Amino acid sequence: MSANAAAEAARPYNYAYLDEQTKRMIRRAILKAIAIPGYQVPFASREMPMPYGWGTGGVQVTASIIGPSDVLKVIDQGSDDTTNAVSIRKFFEKTAGVAVTTATTAASIIQTRHRIPETPLGAGQVLVYQVPIPEPLRFLEPRETETRKMHALAEYGLMHVKLYEDIAKHGRIAKTYDYPVMVGGRYLMDPSPTPKFDNPKMHRSPALQLFGAGREKRIYAVPPHTDVVSLDFDDHPFEVNKFDKPCALCGATDVYLDEVILDDRGGRMFVCSDTDNCETRRADGHRGELLGNEEPRA
Amino acid sequence: MITDDQPLLTARGITKMYGRHVGCTDVSFDLFAGEVLAVVGESGSGKSTLLSVLSTRLEPTAGTVCYRMRDGEMRDIYRLNEAERRLLMRTDWGFVHQDAREGLRMGISAGGNVGERLMAIGSRHYGEIRATALDWLGRVEIDLARVDDAPKTFSGGMRQRLQIARNLVTQPRLVYMDEPTGGLDVSVQARLLDLLRGLVADLGLAVVIVTHDLAVARLLSHRIMVMRAGRVIETGLTDQVLDDPREPYTQLLVSSVLQV
Ligand SMILES: [Zn+2]
Repeated sequence: MSANAAAEAARPYNYAYLDEQTKRMIRRAILKAIAIPGYQVPFASREMPMPYGWGTGGVQVTASIIGPSDVLKVIDQGSDDTTNAVSIRKFFEKTAGVAVTTATTAASIIQTRHRIPETPLGAGQVLVYQVPIPEPLRFLEPRETETRKMHALAEYGLMHVKLYEDIAKHGRIAKTYDYPVMVGGRYLMDPSPTPKFDNPKMHRSPALQLFGAGREKRIYAVPPHTDVVSLDFDDHPFEVNKFDKPCALCGATDVYLDEVILDDRGGRMFVCSDTDNCETRRADGHRGELLGNEEPRA
Repeated sequence: MITDDQPLLTARGITKMYGRHVGCTDVSFDLFAGEVLAVVGESGSGKSTLLSVLSTRLEPTAGTVCYRMRDGEMRDIYRLNEAERRLLMRTDWGFVHQDAREGLRMGISAGGNVGERLMAIGSRHYGEIRATALDWLGRVEIDLARVDDAPKTFSGGMRQRLQIARNLVTQPRLVYMDEPTGGLDVSVQARLLDLLRGLVADLGLAVVIVTHDLAVARLLSHRIMVMRAGRVIETGLTDQVLDDPREPYTQLLVSSVLQV
């Protein structure tokens, strides 16, 4: 018996928590999802030692693909240090013995809730999304039999009716999160509650993107270099959110910003939602308004 | 279109059994482009079953329903694949339900309801979709200012007119109607019938309308089929059948109308 195997045998649970049979079942679902980009594959979701809403779908996907040589990053709303991100990171440190990181470039697997990192992902990286509601047509057509039929026949006119209603009511497409996309020109997909700002990052990304919905028992995928196109009208084209000001800390202008309340007198600032990106830029010498507006020397 | 010598729809030997109970039996007819056929009878006569069979909602126990597609080919509608069938139903066909709630999306604006079929067949220009929706609201006499209101805020007559506009926006050639004026006040009925008659004539629509109301049949239809206990017992030109019914049962139906 090798040292590794001995350690394995002594562990009170299997490597990465899930038993091997469950992992194989989930991997089969993942492979099917990769083979049919954007198609929601049902899988037998397992109970995880954390409540639904804490990313049990994403955790099961990560647990099924992770190995000892992986380096894991976990973000929640762009941040590495929220309770949710920290506890999932610790969970895999403990159960899978993997190295963890906050650096996007150093990670082989990034599990995320609500954001895609600002730093472009590369080939070989896997982005695992935690998805609460995988069915983009759910609120338009509650009958599951009917939504399945709509996917099977690529009948997606109803999604445009929703966007039509938005423009009729607000003068523009008001949806800023969960913005529906067509994957590979075939399947309508819900990108999970990421801001639409991140939609263009999914398009032809060299990274593998996997989506896990635990409560809803669905896995879907966007393989590398797949077309991901946000729905729109010819005369109301898709646009990403724009921010008036740069990040107060690092001065970045082309990133997604969060509003931070500074005091109870209405003081506030806008800072990078992606904390790793912000820290990296500051380490490189970029300074935002709050830190004295400096640009690094060339 | 009316001069076409090929029928638009042919029904042959339509029989629908519910177990041992007869829904309708051995119904055959041809419907030509631009022709309005009224199917009349009391409840339980089989007229609603027949309508369901004709509109692909209920597969018959025996018999065939063939439709001349836009490319001119006659197709058995129960041999279309599901994608073809659904496309047919939302482009070349319409279906006006008695209860408008079944034919409308009650939480979606009037404009969205009319525009849905356009978006379903690929329209992706908001301005054009809206302009077409407004045009159709005008044609069914709905105040254009209501374009962004949901039909749940509409009166019964308005809902029915909206349902008609939603069906006609793709310029179908055949529309099925199931008691389209049922449940409406008499004055509202009269206005709706008037509107329907105008649209049917203007657009050259073929219509199969199911009604228990002979006055509706009289006003809208060219031909009439009288059903009783699942069978067609009399058929002919509407005026002839209603003015000079041959079957005792039809005579009874007509006279009971006159008494009202
Ligand atoms: Zn920043």
